[in-house]
Amino acid sequence: MSRTIRSHRTTTTSRAARLAAVGLAGALALTACSGGDDADGATTDAATATGTGTAAAQDAGLDELEVRDPWAKAADAGMSAAFGTLHNPTDGDVVVVAASSPSSPMVELHETVEVDGVAQMREVEGFTVPAGGDVVLEPGGNHLMLMGLTAPLTPGAEVTVVLELADGTTLDVVAPVKEFAGANETYAGGDDVHDMGEHDMDGHDMGDMDEHAGSEG
Amino acid sequence: MSDDASAIPSPSRRQLLVGGGAVAGWGAALALGVDAAVAAPSSAPAAVPSQDTAGLRGASTVPFHGPHQAGVTVVPQAHSTFVALDLVDGVDRDALGRLMRLLTDDARRLTQGLPALADTEPELARRPARLTVTFGFGPGFVASAGGEAPGWLGPLPAFGVDRLEEGWSDGDLLLEVASDDPVTVAHAVRMLLKGTRAFATVRWLQQGFRDAYGSVPTGTTMRNLFGQIDGTVNLVPGSVDAEDLVWIRDGWLDRGTSVVVRRIAMNLETWDELDRPGREQSVGRRLDTGAPLTGTREHDEPDFDAVDAVGFPVIPEFSHIARARSADPRERFLRRGYNYDLPPRPGAISESGLIFVSFQADPVTQFVPVQRRLDELDLLNTWTTPIGSAVFAVPPGCQEGGFVGETLLG
Repeated sequence: MSRTIRSHRTTTTSRAARLAAVGLAGALALTACSGGDDADGATTDAATATGTGTAAAQDAGLDELEVRDPWAKAADAGMSAAFGTLHNPTDGDVVVVAASSPSSPMVELHETVEVDGVAQMREVEGFTVPAGGDVVLEPGGNHLMLMGLTAPLTPGAEVTVVLELADGTTLDVVAPVKEFAGANETYAGGDDVHDMGEHDMDGHDMGDMDEHAGSEG
Repeated sequence: MSDDASAIPSPSRRQLLVGGGAVAGWGAALALGVDAAVAAPSSAPAAVPSQDTAGLRGASTVPFHGPHQAGVTVVPQAHSTFVALDLVDGVDRDALGRLMRLLTDDARRLTQGLPALADTEPELARRPARLTVTFGFGPGFVASAGGEAPGWLGPLPAFGVDRLEEGWSDGDLLLEVASDDPVTVAHAVRMLLKGTRAFATVRWLQQGFRDAYGSVPTGTTMRNLFGQIDGTVNLVPGSVDAEDLVWIRDGWLDRGTSVVVRRIAMNLETWDELDRPGREQSVGRRLDTGAPLTGTREHDEPDFDAVDAVGFPVIPEFSHIARARSADPRERFLRRGYNYDLPPRPGAISESGLIFVSFQADPVTQFVPVQRRLDELDLLNTWTTPIGSAVFAVPPGCQEGGFVGETLLG
């Protein structure tokens, strides 16, 4: 298990850099696509899924993945997670293959599984959102894991997470930050137990974690 | 739950009891199990409690968006909780904006029967039962926001009858959470307060109630725990008078209002010493109908000039309604009070009173003159004591995408 995670980690830095470039291109593409839908020119709203904008987004007849009711867990440092419902209104499956965020150098797609009676998080290759269906990201289940936060996720602030889809497009998700006591599953990436959002990771950079995982594997 | 609620053991349960019968302590249980099994009809569904669905209105919602906050004028719900918060040090204008966006989002969803974001008990959000959430800002909030506070925003002038306790008075931020379902109120309060932890601490919390939904027609004037019909003379939301006297017309409070929340302890022990005629004279109204002593129906206009056979006023000059009445039509407000009934203190059998709540454009010019007259003379003061008092500015409502408080913080 740790080998899988490590192998993903070793590619994370380059992937993040690549995503940054893709993210820009994707945003431009979305702007172009949605420009006609929105008379007031607030084109980013169509591509930006927020809780309050959900109804409007549905009315706009989006023909692409949307994220309903996104939110992220507040954290001073270290790790956090983002949640919401991925809704696919299209006729074909949509696969989320990666995520990035200005607030974190490493965002992973996680599932939560029970190992020896203990809920543990582990990375997955992607979230496949079936045609016309949903994938729910929630505490204790699938989620977007934000690691090595670059700044505190402050209650009431917003965090942007960029989803990369299998077809190369991206989707900006703006999630309000809420205090949340749960989402404390242990992380299957090592022998340390990390509480998301509460564990102070100061002094640990991602390189340390890679070495740590590597020493296990 | 239906399985647990069954009083009749299923076959497997009976077998279990029989199996345990060898243990002496299980003998009685065994016998009961057998009796129940014998008495029960053979068809198991009889064990499911029947449900009365008449008058169900848990799904009923009050629109959240609008020019005014909906909780000011909605027909009072059966239950209301008032929470005053103190801002923690360092909460500045930006933080207040984040706080009010969070709280607005929670309120917007919960009032419509939808779980809040990060709602850990989403099922409890599914019966809004006319849930409203109303926000009010105290002087500390407005100062931290860098806003201009209206002159009336602050403690009311001291009244002689007051025995105010800090723990029931003042505060920086008020939440009023009201619904016909107390479970809904509890959940909404919990969700909202979870979002305030980084910004504020609870200063006081007052839970109030009226008649249960369905017990009397919604909109019936409430009875307080003295048995009086309480709040007959009131502004009627939507009327010309109410539009003029409730809503503020300028500045960041345009389309907002003010709220006075006063906790009035009611001494049921000494009230018990008063006979029915004395009780009616203290208020100037009949206890059964709420009619003035000169009338027959609740909303009859009192005749303060009427005298009895020996020449005394029928409605005593010291009665509550005689003293509260003003010749100035502007000295009126929208009352929306609730009863409270707490566990008694040691040696007592009741701890009861009224959460007096009034909305008005300006509490100093509309409410204070009335309260001054009652302070000077009101027979009811014999049995009532104000123990808490707070004034908040109630900002206007918001539209979809906006937030309550945006006119101050936006």
